[in-house]
This record gives sequence, C-alpha cells and structure tokens, in this order.
Amino acid sequence: MSETLFEKIWNGHIVYPKTESVNYEPLNDGLSLLYVDRHLIHEVTSPQAFDGLRLNRRKVRRPDLTFATMDHNVPTNNRSLPILDEISSIQIQTLRENCRDFGITLFDINSPNQGIVHIIGPELGITLPGTTIVCGDSHTSTNGAFGALAFGIGTSEVEHVLATQCLWMKKPKSFAVNIIGEFKNPHAVNAKDIILSIIRNIGTSGGMGTVIEYRGETISKFSMEKRMTICNMSIEAGAMAGLIAPDQTTIDYIRGRRYTPKGEHFEKLVDYWQDNLKTDPNSHFDRSVTLDVTNLAPQVSWGTNPSMVIDITDTIPFPEEYAKGNENERKAALRALEYMGLTPGVPIVDIPIDRVFIGSCTNSRLEDLMEASHVVKGKKVSQDVRAMVVPGSQRVKMEAEKLGLDEIFKNAGFEWRESGCSMCLGMNPDILSAGERCASTSNRNFEGRQGSGGRTHLVSPVMAAAAAIDGHFVDVRDLL
Amino acid sequence: MEPFKVIKSKVTPIDMINVDTDQIIPKQFLKLVSRTGFGNYLFYDWRFDKDGKPKNKFVLNNPKYAQRQILLTRDNFGSGSSREHAVWAIQDYGFKVIIGSSFADIFYNNCFKNGILPITLNHEEIDYLFSRSEDIEIEVELVNQRVIAGSEVIRFEIDDFRKKNLIEGLDDIQMTLQLESEIAEYERESKCLSLDNI
Ligand code: SF4
Repeated sequence: MSETLFEKIWNGHIVYPKTESVNYEPLNDGLSLLYVDRHLIHEVTSPQAFDGLRLNRRKVRRPDLTFATMDHNVPTNNRSLPILDEISSIQIQTLRENCRDFGITLFDINSPNQGIVHIIGPELGITLPGTTIVCGDSHTSTNGAFGALAFGIGTSEVEHVLATQCLWMKKPKSFAVNIIGEFKNPHAVNAKDIILSIIRNIGTSGGMGTVIEYRGETISKFSMEKRMTICNMSIEAGAMAGLIAPDQTTIDYIRGRRYTPKGEHFEKLVDYWQDNLKTDPNSHFDRSVTLDVTNLAPQVSWGTNPSMVIDITDTIPFPEEYAKGNENERKAALRALEYMGLTPGVPIVDIPIDRVFIGSCTNSRLEDLMEASHVVKGKKVSQDVRAMVVPGSQRVKMEAEKLGLDEIFKNAGFEWRESGCSMCLGMNPDILSAGERCASTSNRNFEGRQGSGGRTHLVSPVMAAAAAIDGHFVDVRDLL
Repeated sequence: MEPFKVIKSKVTPIDMINVDTDQIIPKQFLKLVSRTGFGNYLFYDWRFDKDGKPKNKFVLNNPKYAQRQILLTRDNFGSGSSREHAVWAIQDYGFKVIIGSSFADIFYNNCFKNGILPITLNHEEIDYLFSRSEDIEIEVELVNQRVIAGSEVIRFEIDDFRKKNLIEGLDDIQMTLQLESEIAEYERESKCLSLDNI
C-alpha cells in the first residue's frame, strides 16, 4: 500500500490501540497513543508540568530521551552579569532545579550548547529522521526538516510526555506543498520568501489539522538551514507540523554530531532511512498546492498576522482589495492597518523603519548570518536605525565569529548578541517601544509580539540587512 | 479536574477572526511558575492602557459582561504560540466554554486538559449566536452535544474520548499509565533504531 512519509512515521509510533490488542476497551475515536522519541524542554512552558509530576509523585519515564535548555528569557547581553529581571531569574532557576531533581540533561545558560531549543536539537544530533519529536513550543515543526514528525504541545501534554513518553493524538490529515521552479536570483529571494508566500496563499488557517510535506525539486536542492526555515513557519499556516523527506543533504548534516549514533550503527540507520523514509509514488494526500518560485519577489509582511504579506514591489493594500469580499477579513485588515500605522496605496519601499532584528528560530543559523553579512559588508547602518544580530545558539555564534561575521556586523553598527529568543518575543529586555517599526527575520507579526505597541514586518535575513543600511525596505534583487 | 456540568450563561462576544495567544495572554505574563492567577492578565493589552487603566471600549471592561461563562468568537481562535497560559487565563477568568468557527490545533487540545469545552460551529450558526448575543442566555449540554440558544438547538461534534474525560473530570496521565505494559512492549520492540546508543 502506498503511504506518505508522514503516515509511515505515524504508523510506526502507535503504541495503542494495536490492531491485535484485545485487552483494552478501545478508546477509539481515532485517538492513538503515540510514542515520543525525543522530548525537548524550555523554561517557559515546563514549570507547571514538573509541578504536576511532584504533586502526583510521578517520575520522568525516559530522562535519557529528554533534553532541556533555556532560551526565551535569557538576556542576550553580557552573560557574566546576574539576570536583573527577578521573575526571569526564578524561571531559569526553576528549570535548573527540575532538571537536577528529575535527572534531565540541561544545556544551561553558560553551556557552549545553549541556544534556541529548535536550533540546538538539530545541531546536537538530537533530531533524527523518522523520529517523533515534541516540545512545549509551537515552532518544534522546525525539526521536520529532517524528516521527523515534530510538533508543539501544551504544558499539560509536556507533563503527560514526561510521565509516559507518549501522547494521545488524533491523526492529522496530509497536505502536500509542491515547490517548483528555479529562482532567478537565489541570493536575493529564498526560503523565507517561499514560506511567507505559501502562508500568504493558503492563509493562517490553511494548514489547520494537517501535516504538510514540502516536496519538489526546489526543496531537494536546499541546504538543511533553508529547509528548517520553511518547516519552522508551518505553524504560521496553522499546520500541526511540516516535514521534508531526508536525503543525502540530511545525512551529511547529521553525521558525527554529538548525539547522532556512530559507526556501523549509523550506517545501518542511513540504509533504513534511505529505503523507508519517503512518500511512496501514488500516495494519497488530502490536499495539495503547488507554488512556482521562478518569479517570486522578496516578501514583506504589512499587517498583524503572517498571511498579510506583499511583494517588495507592491503598495500597502486597501482593506477591500485584501479581503476579497470577506467582511471579517476586511475588518481585520482595517484594524491591522491602524495598528501598523500604515496608509493604503503607499509603496512598501517608502516605509521608514526604526529597528532591525536578525535572529529567532526561523533565521538565526550560520547560513542566515552569512547571507545577511554579504549585504552589510563595508556599509553602515542608517543613523535612524538600531539594528541587532542575535545568533540562534552559542555554536552558531562561535562559528560566525570564526568567519569574522561579528566584525562585519559590528563595523557596520549592528549589535552582536549572545544566543536566545530575544526580540522575537521580547520576554527578555530586548523589546520594541510602542510605535517603533521593525524589520524582523522572526516568524510572528502579531500585535505587541516584539513589545507592546511595536510594529513588526517579517522579512528574510538579506531583506532585513538591506533595510538596516538604507533605513527603509529595499528590493534586494537590485543589490545582489 | 472538576467534572463538566451543564452551563447556562449569556455570552461574551469577541467579534474577531484570528485571535492569537499573544493577545489572549501577552508574553510578559508567561514568567509565573504556577497555573493560577492568569485571569487578571487575560487580553491584557486590549483591556488595559499602558498605565494599567481599563480601556472602556473593550468588552471585558463592560460590567454588563461580568460573570459570563461562555466566550463567543470566530475563525482560528488561539492561533500562534502553544502557551497553555492562554487557556489558564481563560479558565481563571471564569469562562467554561468557548464557541467559535474554528480553533488552532494546540489551543484546542489545551482546552480539554483544563476543563474548558471548545465548541466548533459553522459560520451561519456563529453569525446567529452573535446576532442574539445581547439578549439570550445559552445552554450548553455536553452530554447531549448541543447548544440551546432561544428556539434554536444546535448540535456540535466532539470526540467521545475527550467528552468522557471532561464529563468525568479524568486525569489523562492516570489513564495512560494503565497501558504501561503496551508502552514497555513498544520500547522493547521499537524499530526506531535511533533510540539506542545514546
Ligand atoms: S525564537 Fe521566537 S518563535 Fe522561536 S522559540 Fe524563541 S520565541 Fe519562539
């Protein structure tokens, strides 16, 4: 029988009900108990889960499959200073104690392995093809780039996985997103523009209840970094997860990493992955769309959700035009324009910006920073702009420094920070002030996301870098 | 968890699509390490100005809507971040039911873990409830899977498993732990070779 990659991983992880199982009254309803191969944890969504365990005198079933780090709250300036925000500091301390008490590996704030949870999983080889991976964080979908079934869960589910290493799930539907065509200018237009354009097309609930498989030639030529950028934002399209079938690029990336199996064992795994982890020809998808990227322009978001996106050559849309007759959408667009302080009909390139943020689990890997540095090299950040680069992990930071990227950014006037989520959501001191406008490589432009009253425009790393130099959005195809 | 009973209440209307969890509970309140006390911060940036004074225009600040147990909304409610704090805030504030035309997946799951019933209805039914939101009291019967609003009786769908757990106030973990031998067997037989060697 033909199966999709997603179905193979799903079926391979069902603990209950098994078809031959007779001992239990079927709980059915299409709910299955799935086994979780990797559980990642961070400081914000885990304290209440550990509390629950203590309250019920439960243990962590598989501390060996559970890994923790701290990323959301951590300051990204000097790490040798104490954390000023008392509550952040309590949350960080709480995670430390929980990991110690329950025997969980923690990459603490000063560990060379610390970083945004979705960045360090792949970096450390915790993320492997064909596995199921969960984390109390919606962008867990990033790991899907390796052909893993990876998705975000709530805190009660974190507790459930800690206690049982399993999760009750209803099987999602499958959604094929085919990406075809060859970029005319692959330096200027890229993964971020693809995913923004997909969300623009299918909407923020277009993927609801589905697992997306990104397919096609364009994807198979992509680096792991780019695949991660795409899978990362699957959740912005409302999907439970996004994944990409593993290939030689995937195998080359994971070989030799800290937690990757080694030697003969690894080779056996590779054979298994190559034989099994792909969608069979003629498999059925519940839905599919195709995006041709040949003429894709750099994308910029103008509104307050990630489907409110236009080409860099466009003008700010009129609500009627955006809503295409849907009254609720029209109201949403009106509200977004007001919040964003934008006037319909104005070219997006004429909009001045105050801040630039290059970072977040979408775009803070080495390749992102390298691409942005090409735009920045030898130039100066506009005097009206405050710009920062926040590497996704300590390892990214170190590798970037080896290549001298930090000097390129600093010489141009960028701040060069320690790793963490930082201004992607502003739980640490890095935030926008009310009314400030930011070109950001992150994934969410919701009201107040980067600071109460702050205005976020989602763009790719090269677009953010170019905006920092010119003080407004520019079409990077003219530069690269 | 408290067993779920019949709920009778007027609704609090949030007449918007795509209400995301960043709005339901802004990030500055995610730093608490307990599950309680989030109700005061529900929809904080819509409810309060930057000096912490209530904004009169927002529904939750209208005394008419105090003590209501049903939140009425539209498409894609609870999108964005997976933060369960959003459900804790809704629950702590006093809501027991959310009626909308669609819910984001993680948010939907989180509701059941906290005794909140999310009900998905079609667009016409939602429009009807909005049109009557000022005058009528709504009755939600989980057992019979129906919403009674004036002369209208609207049926809704829900998984039997989730329904049973809500009605009985059951703890998922307890139930799963009864399957210990299945879990152990899976671990022994797992073809997921990548598990050993760590
Ligand atoms: S970088 Fe942003 S989106 Fe990614 S995990 Fe951190 S807060 Fe979430």
